[in-house]
Amino acid sequence: MMLDATRPVMTEQSGPLQPGVVAVGKELPGQKDRPVAKAQDGTDWAGLLIRVRDRQDKAAFAQLFRHFAPRVKGFLMKSGAGAALAEECAQDVMATLWQKAHLFDPARASVSTWVYTIARNKRIDALRKDRRAEPEELDWGPEPEPDQAEVMEAQQDTERLGQALAQLPAKQRALIERAFYGELSHSEIAAETGLPLGTIKSRIRLALDKLRHHMT
Amino acid sequence: MTIRHHLSDQLLMAYAAGQLPEAFNLVVATHVSLCDECRSRMAAFDAVGGALIEEIDEMTMGEAALEAALSRIDGLPQATRAEPLKPAGIFPAPLADYIGGDLSAVRWRRIGGGVKQAILPTGRDASARLLYIPAGTAVPDHGHRGMELTLVLQGAFADDNARFNRGDIEIADEELEHTPVALAGQDCICLAATDAPLRFRSVLPRLAQPLFRI
Repeated sequence: MMLDATRPVMTEQSGPLQPGVVAVGKELPGQKDRPVAKAQDGTDWAGLLIRVRDRQDKAAFAQLFRHFAPRVKGFLMKSGAGAALAEECAQDVMATLWQKAHLFDPARASVSTWVYTIARNKRIDALRKDRRAEPEELDWGPEPEPDQAEVMEAQQDTERLGQALAQLPAKQRALIERAFYGELSHSEIAAETGLPLGTIKSRIRLALDKLRHHMT
Repeated sequence: MTIRHHLSDQLLMAYAAGQLPEAFNLVVATHVSLCDECRSRMAAFDAVGGALIEEIDEMTMGEAALEAALSRIDGLPQATRAEPLKPAGIFPAPLADYIGGDLSAVRWRRIGGGVKQAILPTGRDASARLLYIPAGTAVPDHGHRGMELTLVLQGAFADDNARFNRGDIEIADEELEHTPVALAGQDCICLAATDAPLRFRSVLPRLAQPLFRI
Protein backbone atom coordinates (compact mmCIF):
# COMPACT_ATOMS: atom_id res chain seq x y z
CA MET A 1 0.00 0.00 0.00
CA MET A 2 2.91 2.36 0.65
CA LEU A 3 3.84 4.35 -2.36
CA ASP A 4 7.41 5.15 -3.05
CA ALA A 5 7.66 8.22 -0.89
CA THR A 6 11.37 8.64 -0.76
CA ARG A 7 11.28 11.50 -3.18
CA PRO A 8 9.04 14.54 -3.26
CA VAL A 9 6.01 14.03 -5.43
CA MET A 10 3.74 16.80 -6.48
CA THR A 11 0.15 15.86 -5.80
CA GLU A 12 -2.78 17.17 -7.71
CA GLN A 13 -3.78 20.51 -6.33
CA SER A 14 -6.64 19.86 -4.00
CA GLY A 15 -8.70 17.13 -5.49
CA PRO A 16 -12.30 17.59 -6.58
CA LEU A 17 -13.37 21.06 -5.62
CA GLN A 18 -16.36 21.65 -3.46
CA PRO A 19 -19.13 23.66 -5.05
CA GLY A 20 -18.54 27.32 -4.47
CA VAL A 21 -14.81 26.99 -3.99
CA VAL A 22 -12.90 28.74 -6.71
CA ALA A 23 -9.33 27.85 -7.46
CA VAL A 24 -7.20 30.58 -8.91
CA GLY A 25 -3.53 30.84 -9.75
CA LYS A 26 -2.73 27.15 -9.85
CA GLU A 27 0.91 26.45 -9.43
CA LEU A 28 2.96 25.25 -12.32
CA PRO A 29 5.62 22.65 -11.69
CA GLY A 30 9.04 24.15 -11.12
CA GLN A 31 7.72 27.48 -9.96
CA LYS A 32 8.50 27.26 -6.34
CA ASP A 33 11.92 28.83 -6.45
CA ARG A 34 10.54 32.06 -7.72
CA PRO A 35 10.10 34.78 -5.14
CA VAL A 36 6.34 34.50 -5.08
CA ALA A 37 4.36 32.47 -2.65
CA LYS A 38 3.30 29.03 -3.70
CA ALA A 39 -0.12 28.38 -5.18
CA GLN A 40 -2.58 30.59 -3.49
CA ASP A 41 -5.63 28.81 -4.71
CA GLY A 42 -7.95 31.01 -2.74
CA THR A 43 -9.48 28.15 -0.77
CA ASP A 44 -11.03 29.25 2.50
CA TRP A 45 -9.27 26.76 4.76
CA ALA A 46 -10.49 28.44 7.92
CA GLY A 47 -14.06 28.19 6.67
CA LEU A 48 -13.60 24.47 6.00
CA LEU A 49 -12.16 23.85 9.45
CA ILE A 50 -15.03 25.76 11.03
CA ARG A 51 -17.41 23.50 9.13
CA VAL A 52 -15.56 20.55 10.63
CA ARG A 53 -15.80 22.19 14.03
CA ASP A 54 -19.44 23.21 13.96
CA ARG A 55 -21.06 20.61 11.71
CA GLN A 56 -18.74 17.62 11.69
CA ASP A 57 -18.59 18.15 7.94
CA LYS A 58 -16.72 15.23 6.40
CA ALA A 59 -16.50 16.71 2.91
CA ALA A 60 -14.74 19.72 4.44
CA PHE A 61 -12.45 17.36 6.34
CA ALA A 62 -11.62 15.48 3.13
CA GLN A 63 -10.63 18.71 1.44
CA LEU A 64 -8.42 19.69 4.36
CA PHE A 65 -6.91 16.20 4.33
CA ARG A 66 -6.01 16.35 0.65
CA HIS A 67 -4.23 19.64 1.11
CA PHE A 68 -2.56 19.20 4.48
CA ALA A 69 -1.82 15.49 4.94
CA PRO A 70 0.84 15.39 2.16
CA ARG A 71 2.41 18.53 3.61
CA VAL A 72 2.49 17.11 7.10
CA LYS A 73 4.02 13.95 5.72
CA GLY A 74 6.62 16.04 3.87
CA PHE A 75 7.37 17.98 7.06
CA LEU A 76 7.83 14.82 9.11
CA MET A 77 10.10 13.28 6.50
CA LYS A 78 12.20 16.44 6.37
CA SER A 79 12.41 16.10 10.14
CA GLY A 80 13.93 12.66 9.74
CA ALA A 81 10.99 10.27 9.91
CA GLY A 82 10.85 7.38 7.47
CA ALA A 83 8.01 7.28 4.94
CA ALA A 84 5.92 4.72 6.84
CA LEU A 85 6.18 6.53 10.18
CA ALA A 86 5.55 9.89 8.50
CA GLU A 87 2.41 8.54 6.85
CA GLU A 88 1.12 7.09 10.11
CA CYS A 89 1.86 10.32 11.98
CA ALA A 90 0.22 12.43 9.26
CA GLN A 91 -2.90 10.30 9.79
CA ASP A 92 -2.71 10.99 13.52
CA VAL A 93 -2.28 14.71 12.90
CA MET A 94 -5.36 14.84 10.71
CA ALA A 95 -7.37 12.85 13.26
CA THR A 96 -6.27 15.36 15.91
CA LEU A 97 -7.41 18.16 13.64
CA TRP A 98 -10.86 16.55 13.60
CA GLN A 99 -10.92 15.89 17.31
CA LYS A 100 -9.64 19.23 18.51
CA ALA A 101 -11.31 21.46 15.95
CA HIS A 102 -13.09 23.26 18.80
CA LEU A 103 -9.73 24.75 19.87
CA PHE A 104 -9.06 26.36 16.50
CA ASP A 105 -9.33 30.14 16.73
CA PRO A 106 -9.32 31.66 13.23
CA ALA A 107 -8.71 35.12 14.67
CA ARG A 108 -5.38 34.02 16.12
CA ALA A 109 -3.93 31.50 13.71
CA SER A 110 -4.18 30.37 10.10
CA VAL A 111 -5.11 26.75 9.47
CA SER A 112 -1.55 26.15 8.20
CA THR A 113 -0.11 27.42 11.46
CA TRP A 114 -2.53 25.37 13.50
CA VAL A 115 -1.75 22.24 11.49
CA TYR A 116 1.94 22.97 11.90
CA THR A 117 1.67 23.07 15.71
CA ILE A 118 -0.18 19.74 15.76
CA ALA A 119 2.44 18.21 13.44
CA ARG A 120 5.30 19.59 15.52
CA ASN A 121 3.77 18.16 18.69
CA LYS A 122 3.31 14.83 16.96
CA ARG A 123 6.94 14.88 15.88
CA ILE A 124 8.09 15.46 19.46
CA ASP A 125 5.84 12.69 20.74
CA ALA A 126 6.88 10.23 18.04
CA LEU A 127 10.61 10.82 18.00
CA ARG A 128 11.21 11.45 21.69
CA LYS A 129 9.97 9.79 24.81
CA ASP A 130 9.81 13.01 26.80
CA ARG A 131 6.63 14.54 28.02
CA ARG A 132 5.69 17.73 26.32
CA ALA A 133 4.16 20.59 28.29
CA GLU A 134 1.80 22.93 26.47
CA PRO A 135 0.57 26.34 27.58
CA GLU A 136 -2.75 26.35 29.37
CA GLU A 137 -5.70 26.68 27.03
CA LEU A 138 -7.42 30.02 27.32
CA ASP A 139 -10.36 29.24 29.52
CA TRP A 140 -12.87 31.05 27.35
CA GLY A 141 -11.76 29.47 24.09
CA PRO A 142 -12.28 31.00 20.66
CA GLU A 143 -15.15 33.38 20.04
CA PRO A 144 -18.07 31.68 18.32
CA GLU A 145 -18.54 34.58 15.86
CA PRO A 146 -15.16 36.17 15.33
CA ASP A 147 -14.73 39.40 13.41
CA GLN A 148 -14.38 38.46 9.73
CA ALA A 149 -11.78 41.12 8.98
CA GLU A 150 -9.60 39.80 11.80
CA VAL A 151 -10.02 36.23 10.58
CA MET A 152 -8.99 37.30 7.09
CA GLU A 153 -5.91 39.05 8.46
CA ALA A 154 -4.87 36.01 10.47
CA GLN A 155 -5.32 33.69 7.50
CA GLN A 156 -3.31 36.01 5.26
CA ASP A 157 -0.40 36.17 7.70
CA THR A 158 0.81 32.79 6.49
CA GLU A 159 0.74 33.92 2.88
CA ARG A 160 2.63 37.12 3.68
CA LEU A 161 5.17 35.23 5.76
CA GLY A 162 5.62 32.79 2.89
CA GLN A 163 6.42 35.69 0.58
CA ALA A 164 8.82 37.17 3.13
CA LEU A 165 10.51 33.77 3.51
CA ALA A 166 10.92 33.50 -0.25
CA GLN A 167 12.64 36.87 -0.34
CA LEU A 168 15.17 36.07 2.38
CA PRO A 169 18.77 35.37 1.39
CA ALA A 170 19.09 31.62 0.80
CA LYS A 171 21.43 31.16 3.74
CA GLN A 172 19.09 32.82 6.19
CA ARG A 173 16.11 30.92 4.92
CA ALA A 174 18.05 27.65 5.20
CA LEU A 175 18.76 28.38 8.86
CA ILE A 176 15.10 28.90 9.61
CA GLU A 177 14.19 25.70 7.80
CA ARG A 178 16.85 23.74 9.65
CA ALA A 179 15.54 25.07 12.96
CA PHE A 180 11.95 24.09 12.19
CA TYR A 181 12.87 20.72 10.71
CA GLY A 182 14.60 19.86 13.94
CA GLU A 183 18.18 20.00 12.75
CA LEU A 184 19.33 22.63 15.25
CA SER A 185 19.49 22.28 19.01
CA HIS A 186 17.90 25.00 21.11
CA SER A 187 21.26 26.65 21.76
CA GLU A 188 22.08 26.68 18.05
CA ILE A 189 18.87 28.45 17.16
CA ALA A 190 19.29 32.16 16.55
CA ALA A 191 16.01 33.99 16.64
CA GLU A 192 17.08 36.77 14.26
CA THR A 193 14.83 35.51 11.52
CA GLY A 194 14.72 38.60 9.33
CA LEU A 195 10.97 38.02 9.07
CA PRO A 196 8.34 40.63 9.90
CA LEU A 197 7.04 38.88 13.00
CA GLY A 198 6.36 42.03 15.01
CA THR A 199 3.17 42.88 13.14
CA ILE A 200 1.86 39.34 13.48
CA LYS A 201 2.61 39.36 17.19
CA SER A 202 0.84 42.70 17.64
CA ARG A 203 -2.25 41.47 15.82
CA ILE A 204 -2.43 38.32 17.92
CA ARG A 205 -1.91 40.36 21.07
CA LEU A 206 -4.85 42.59 20.14
CA ALA A 207 -7.00 39.53 19.49
CA LEU A 208 -6.08 38.15 22.92
CA ASP A 209 -6.78 41.46 24.65
CA LYS A 210 -10.14 41.63 22.94
CA LEU A 211 -11.01 38.08 24.00
CA ARG A 212 -10.03 38.75 27.60
CA HIS A 213 -11.98 42.00 27.61
CA HIS A 214 -15.02 40.21 26.22
CA MET A 215 -14.98 37.50 28.78
CA THR A 216 -14.28 39.39 31.97
CA MET B 1 -0.53 41.14 37.20
CA THR B 2 2.16 42.93 35.26
CA ILE B 3 4.96 40.75 34.00
CA ARG B 4 8.18 42.63 33.37
CA HIS B 5 10.65 39.86 32.62
CA HIS B 6 9.82 37.83 29.55
CA LEU B 7 11.08 34.89 27.52
CA SER B 8 13.77 35.53 24.92
CA ASP B 9 13.05 35.26 21.19
CA GLN B 10 15.50 32.39 21.10
CA LEU B 11 13.55 30.35 23.64
CA LEU B 12 10.23 31.13 21.97
CA MET B 13 11.52 30.13 18.55
CA ALA B 14 13.10 26.97 19.94
CA TYR B 15 9.74 26.10 21.54
CA ALA B 16 7.92 26.83 18.26
CA ALA B 17 10.43 24.65 16.42
CA GLY B 18 9.90 21.85 18.95
CA GLN B 19 13.55 21.81 19.96
CA LEU B 20 13.57 22.60 23.66
CA PRO B 21 14.64 20.04 26.24
CA GLU B 22 11.66 18.84 28.23
CA ALA B 23 12.54 20.86 31.35
CA PHE B 24 12.78 24.14 29.41
CA ASN B 25 9.63 23.26 27.52
CA LEU B 26 7.85 23.05 30.87
CA VAL B 27 9.12 26.44 32.04
CA VAL B 28 8.22 28.11 28.74
CA ALA B 29 4.72 26.59 28.70
CA THR B 30 4.19 27.63 32.31
CA HIS B 31 5.31 31.21 31.68
CA VAL B 32 3.18 31.51 28.54
CA SER B 33 0.19 30.31 30.56
CA LEU B 34 0.64 33.46 32.66
CA CYS B 35 1.77 35.91 29.98
CA ASP B 36 -0.29 37.04 26.97
CA GLU B 37 2.64 38.99 25.60
CA CYS B 38 4.76 35.86 25.25
CA ARG B 39 1.75 33.83 24.09
CA SER B 40 1.44 36.28 21.18
CA ARG B 41 5.16 36.22 20.44
CA MET B 42 5.14 32.43 20.48
CA ALA B 43 2.19 32.38 18.10
CA ALA B 44 4.15 34.58 15.68
CA PHE B 45 6.97 32.03 15.67
CA ASP B 46 4.42 29.24 15.21
CA ALA B 47 3.24 31.14 12.13
CA VAL B 48 6.70 30.68 10.62
CA GLY B 49 6.11 26.94 10.90
CA GLY B 50 2.74 27.45 9.22
CA ALA B 51 4.36 29.28 6.31
CA LEU B 52 6.94 26.52 5.93
CA ILE B 53 4.27 23.79 5.92
CA GLU B 54 2.49 25.67 3.15
CA GLU B 55 5.65 25.78 1.02
CA ILE B 56 7.02 22.35 1.74
CA ASP B 57 7.48 19.59 -0.84
CA GLU B 58 4.41 17.44 -0.47
CA MET B 59 4.77 13.70 -0.09
CA THR B 60 1.86 11.74 -1.52
CA MET B 61 -0.12 9.76 0.97
CA GLY B 62 -0.92 6.11 0.37
CA GLU B 63 -3.80 5.41 -1.99
CA ALA B 64 -6.35 4.56 0.66
CA ALA B 65 -5.17 7.21 3.12
CA LEU B 66 -8.20 9.43 2.83
CA GLU B 67 -10.65 6.53 3.18
CA ALA B 68 -8.71 5.32 6.19
CA ALA B 69 -8.87 8.80 7.72
CA LEU B 70 -12.58 9.11 7.05
CA SER B 71 -13.40 5.79 8.62
CA ARG B 72 -11.16 6.62 11.55
CA ILE B 73 -12.91 9.90 12.35
CA ASP B 74 -16.22 8.10 12.00
CA GLY B 75 -15.62 6.42 15.30
CA LEU B 76 -13.90 9.41 16.81
CA PRO B 77 -16.00 11.72 18.94
CA GLN B 78 -15.07 15.36 18.61
CA ALA B 79 -14.21 17.07 21.82
CA THR B 80 -16.74 19.78 22.47
CA ARG B 81 -15.96 23.20 23.83
CA ALA B 82 -13.48 22.32 26.50
CA GLU B 83 -13.85 23.16 30.11
CA PRO B 84 -10.11 23.27 30.50
CA LEU B 85 -8.63 22.22 33.75
CA LYS B 86 -8.20 25.61 35.35
CA PRO B 87 -6.12 25.10 38.43
CA ALA B 88 -7.27 27.13 41.39
CA GLY B 89 -3.86 27.23 43.03
CA ILE B 90 -0.57 28.87 42.15
CA PHE B 91 0.50 26.39 39.47
CA PRO B 92 -0.68 26.94 35.88
CA ALA B 93 -2.04 23.81 34.17
CA PRO B 94 1.17 22.52 32.54
CA LEU B 95 3.00 22.58 35.86
CA ALA B 96 0.05 21.22 37.82
CA ASP B 97 0.05 18.32 35.33
CA TYR B 98 3.65 17.49 36.14
CA ILE B 99 3.11 17.67 39.85
CA GLY B 100 -0.25 15.95 39.83
CA GLY B 101 -1.91 18.74 41.79
CA ASP B 102 -1.18 22.05 43.43
CA LEU B 103 1.16 23.08 46.22
CA SER B 104 -0.10 20.42 48.62
CA ALA B 105 0.92 17.67 46.16
CA VAL B 106 4.57 18.73 46.01
CA ARG B 107 6.98 16.33 47.66
CA TRP B 108 9.50 18.76 49.06
CA ARG B 109 12.92 17.78 50.32
CA ARG B 110 14.64 20.06 52.75
CA ILE B 111 18.05 21.17 51.60
CA GLY B 112 18.92 23.32 54.61
CA GLY B 113 18.29 26.84 55.84
CA GLY B 114 14.56 26.46 55.45
CA VAL B 115 15.01 26.02 51.69
CA LYS B 116 13.22 23.11 50.06
CA GLN B 117 13.29 21.70 46.57
CA ALA B 118 11.41 19.14 44.56
CA ILE B 119 13.04 17.74 41.44
CA LEU B 120 10.54 17.09 38.68
CA PRO B 121 10.77 14.06 36.44
CA THR B 122 12.03 15.22 33.05
CA GLY B 123 14.31 14.02 30.30
CA ARG B 124 18.01 14.06 31.02
CA ASP B 125 19.16 16.84 28.72
CA ALA B 126 17.96 19.43 31.24
CA SER B 127 16.48 19.28 34.71
CA ALA B 128 13.62 21.10 36.39
CA ARG B 129 12.85 21.64 40.03
CA LEU B 130 10.63 23.64 42.28
CA LEU B 131 12.37 25.79 44.87
CA TYR B 132 10.84 27.01 48.08
CA ILE B 133 12.78 29.86 49.62
CA PRO B 134 11.61 31.44 52.87
CA ALA B 135 11.05 35.18 52.69
CA GLY B 136 14.30 37.04 53.26
CA THR B 137 16.56 34.10 52.39
CA ALA B 138 19.24 34.01 49.70
CA VAL B 139 18.46 31.73 46.75
CA PRO B 140 20.82 28.78 46.93
CA ASP B 141 23.06 27.33 44.25
CA HIS B 142 23.74 30.32 42.13
CA GLY B 143 26.68 29.37 40.09
CA HIS B 144 25.35 29.04 36.57
CA ARG B 145 26.67 26.61 34.09
CA GLY B 146 24.80 26.43 30.86
CA MET B 147 21.48 28.21 30.81
CA GLU B 148 19.19 28.52 33.81
CA LEU B 149 15.58 29.69 33.73
CA THR B 150 13.84 30.74 36.92
CA LEU B 151 10.13 31.47 36.91
CA VAL B 152 8.50 33.01 40.00
CA LEU B 153 5.20 31.41 41.03
CA GLN B 154 4.71 32.96 44.45
CA GLY B 155 6.40 35.77 46.35
CA ALA B 156 9.29 37.59 44.73
CA PHE B 157 13.05 37.68 44.57
CA ALA B 158 15.52 40.38 43.69
CA ASP B 159 19.16 40.74 42.83
CA ASP B 160 21.24 43.88 42.42
CA ASN B 161 19.56 44.79 39.18
CA ALA B 162 15.98 43.74 39.17
CA ARG B 163 12.98 42.44 41.04
CA PHE B 164 11.12 39.33 39.89
CA ASN B 165 7.48 38.85 40.79
CA ARG B 166 4.97 36.12 40.00
CA GLY B 167 5.12 35.32 36.30
CA ASP B 168 8.52 36.97 35.78
CA ILE B 169 11.25 34.83 34.32
CA GLU B 170 14.96 35.23 34.84
CA ILE B 171 17.23 33.87 32.11
CA ALA B 172 20.74 33.37 33.43
CA ASP B 173 23.79 32.18 31.61
CA GLU B 174 27.32 31.44 32.68
CA GLU B 175 28.27 35.08 32.82
CA LEU B 176 25.68 36.10 35.35
CA GLU B 177 26.95 36.19 38.90
CA HIS B 178 24.48 37.46 41.40
CA THR B 179 22.92 36.82 44.74
CA PRO B 180 19.19 36.70 44.37
CA VAL B 181 17.28 37.01 47.62
CA ALA B 182 13.69 36.09 48.32
CA LEU B 183 11.94 39.28 49.37
CA ALA B 184 10.37 39.72 52.77
CA GLY B 185 6.64 39.29 53.10
CA GLN B 186 5.89 35.98 51.43
CA ASP B 187 7.90 32.82 50.96
CA CYS B 188 9.10 32.54 47.38
CA ILE B 189 8.30 29.57 45.16
CA CYS B 190 10.03 29.25 41.80
CA LEU B 191 10.21 26.78 38.96
CA ALA B 192 13.82 26.53 37.82
CA ALA B 193 15.35 24.62 34.92
CA THR B 194 18.92 24.25 33.80
CA ASP B 195 20.73 22.38 31.07
CA ALA B 196 23.79 22.04 33.31
CA PRO B 197 24.02 19.11 35.70
CA LEU B 198 22.63 19.88 39.13
CA ARG B 199 25.40 20.46 41.62
CA PHE B 200 24.16 19.34 44.96
CA ARG B 201 27.50 19.74 46.63
CA SER B 202 27.51 23.49 46.35
CA VAL B 203 24.20 23.86 48.10
CA LEU B 204 25.15 23.33 51.69
CA PRO B 205 28.09 25.73 51.98
CA ARG B 206 26.06 28.43 50.34
CA LEU B 207 23.22 27.94 52.72
CA ALA B 208 25.58 28.41 55.60
CA GLN B 209 26.05 31.97 54.49
CA PRO B 210 24.28 34.54 56.63
CA LEU B 211 20.79 35.29 55.46
CA PHE B 212 20.36 38.44 53.51
CA ARG B 213 17.45 40.74 53.88
CA ILE B 214 16.23 43.53 51.69
